Amino acid sequence: MASQIISLSSIATPNNGVDLEEIMQQKAEHQGCGTSGGSGKASCGSGAGQGDLAPEIWEKVKNHPCYSEEAHHHYARMHVAVAPACNIQCNYCNRKYDCANESRPGVVSEKLTPEQAAKKVLAVASTIPQMTVLGIAGPGDPLANPEKTFKTFELISKTAPDIKLCLSTNGLTLPDHVDTIASFNVDHVTITINMVDADIGAQIYPWIYYKNKRYKGREAAQILTDRQMLGLEMLTERGILCKVNSVMIPGINDHHLVEVNRAVKSRGAFLHNIMPLISAPEHGTVFGLNGQRGPTAQELKALQDSCEGEMNMMRHCRQCRADAVGLLGEDRSAEFTTEAVMAMDVEYDLESRKAYQSLVEQERQAKADAKQAELETLAGEQSDIKILIAVATKGSGRVNEHFGHATEFQIYEASASGAKFVGHRRVDLYCQGGYGEEEALETTVIRAINDCTAVFVAKIGGCPKASLEAAGIDAVDRYAFEYIEQSIIAYYRDYLDNIRSGAIVHGQRGDAEIRQGAYVAA
Amino acid sequence: MAYKIVSSQCTSCSACEPECPNMAISEKNGTFVINAAKCTECINYFDEPQCVAVCPVDDTCIIDNNYPRYVA
Repeated sequence: MASQIISLSSIATPNNGVDLEEIMQQKAEHQGCGTSGGSGKASCGSGAGQGDLAPEIWEKVKNHPCYSEEAHHHYARMHVAVAPACNIQCNYCNRKYDCANESRPGVVSEKLTPEQAAKKVLAVASTIPQMTVLGIAGPGDPLANPEKTFKTFELISKTAPDIKLCLSTNGLTLPDHVDTIASFNVDHVTITINMVDADIGAQIYPWIYYKNKRYKGREAAQILTDRQMLGLEMLTERGILCKVNSVMIPGINDHHLVEVNRAVKSRGAFLHNIMPLISAPEHGTVFGLNGQRGPTAQELKALQDSCEGEMNMMRHCRQCRADAVGLLGEDRSAEFTTEAVMAMDVEYDLESRKAYQSLVEQERQAKADAKQAELETLAGEQSDIKILIAVATKGSGRVNEHFGHATEFQIYEASASGAKFVGHRRVDLYCQGGYGEEEALETTVIRAINDCTAVFVAKIGGCPKASLEAAGIDAVDRYAFEYIEQSIIAYYRDYLDNIRSGAIVHGQRGDAEIRQGAYVAA
Repeated sequence: MAYKIVSSQCTSCSACEPECPNMAISEKNGTFVINAAKCTECINYFDEPQCVAVCPVDDTCIIDNNYPRYVA
């Protein structure tokens, strides 16, 4: 058993706890075409690159930070908040609440007209050349505001034709708009699907507004799931890539999401993103107020692992705001307020964007080559040991952030088959009840990465290094500024060598906490 | 004869505006308002007032007691 320095009892509530063993059993049944040992379908469309994706699909996802885990280290996205209206009510959402220090879907600082949004996209694209994707995700439902959503797409497709358009919807009116979506060359649509069983849906959705009537309870959930499935089928028939987002709500739909995964996979969904419930009481949501907890890091990972059959799982989602700007782990929206954008003199320079992006492509290729070369040193390795490694990074796929400056850590699983991205953990200190300033940074970080064997950093001070080591986490700075995956494979190889020589003993780690709140510039 | 919107509750999400069969709803000073002269409580149009049905915040679109109930 692991020796744990800090108590994690607060996050392992036995009452409505997730039964990890049961999930793992479902996993065995679910993965008919087993993936153990294979890394092709590892995560999020592609591990190192194109992998086994068809060329036309790779072309669509390769620069999309949400559809490709690998791309999210290099490319940025932005959301424009042109769609404030919604047509369903979710128990994890509260539309009245808006705080600049808060981050979750459904929250924005200001809403935009389509014309303001188009100007903002040009301003951001000129400032951030790696911004390749424009999404409309609310703060309500884009398809409950079809005129504003499609007007925005129309304007942007004229002025910035290289930017990919995508949207995220609850799916209720999706079947009515599929042809329009296709006509704007929208390649990527995300549908939030939390259930395919109306009895479970009734615990998540108090009501929907459909065809001029408010439906409640089971009836509402049945209409919603029927419409979602129909919409998904219509999109995949037209070759539009669909990502399905699901909120994991322990005790309500956690086990059921395996069935959801099966349902969406059979209808052609490309990627499944299972996200942890965000339910702080101060958000004023039904779940926040009734004490519904979110999952722990290991519960989330177990469910994601169990759904990882022949379908890609997204594990790098940051559950960003409907007005987020930048790389997924950052939010630069504060730089692009409407006031600031309208005052900007923007010239859209397609050529310089292309030039910048070709440099990014060279970097990606170098990274993939380095990983491949390192992977070859693991050839023939039979060990079934798996360890998690936390990484402090600012992007570009390198270990390039100081321990003390990190606002999140990326989590990789190292095994004999290589390095695999399996998630990320928040460690910044905003808007968090129960984390006073008196609490040392190291303690906060240890709670977040307590299931990891090591943490890779560009630099770390003596004090935090000692605290981490007391908690059994190896603080490693010898891979500073190197490529992440290459470094992880090298560390894993040394780790196995050290076990064999008796220098270290491999032990199980504990669970870790998922933190919630805002990504705001530090 | 009309509904009104409690402005302190309104999130300004605009969901009600396109649903009103009488075009009685518009944005004013950051929130939405109902023109009482145009509101028919959706009688003869729908089974329930559309602003009430679509509003994400309970008790935001309510009967305005300054007016007698609408009679079709």
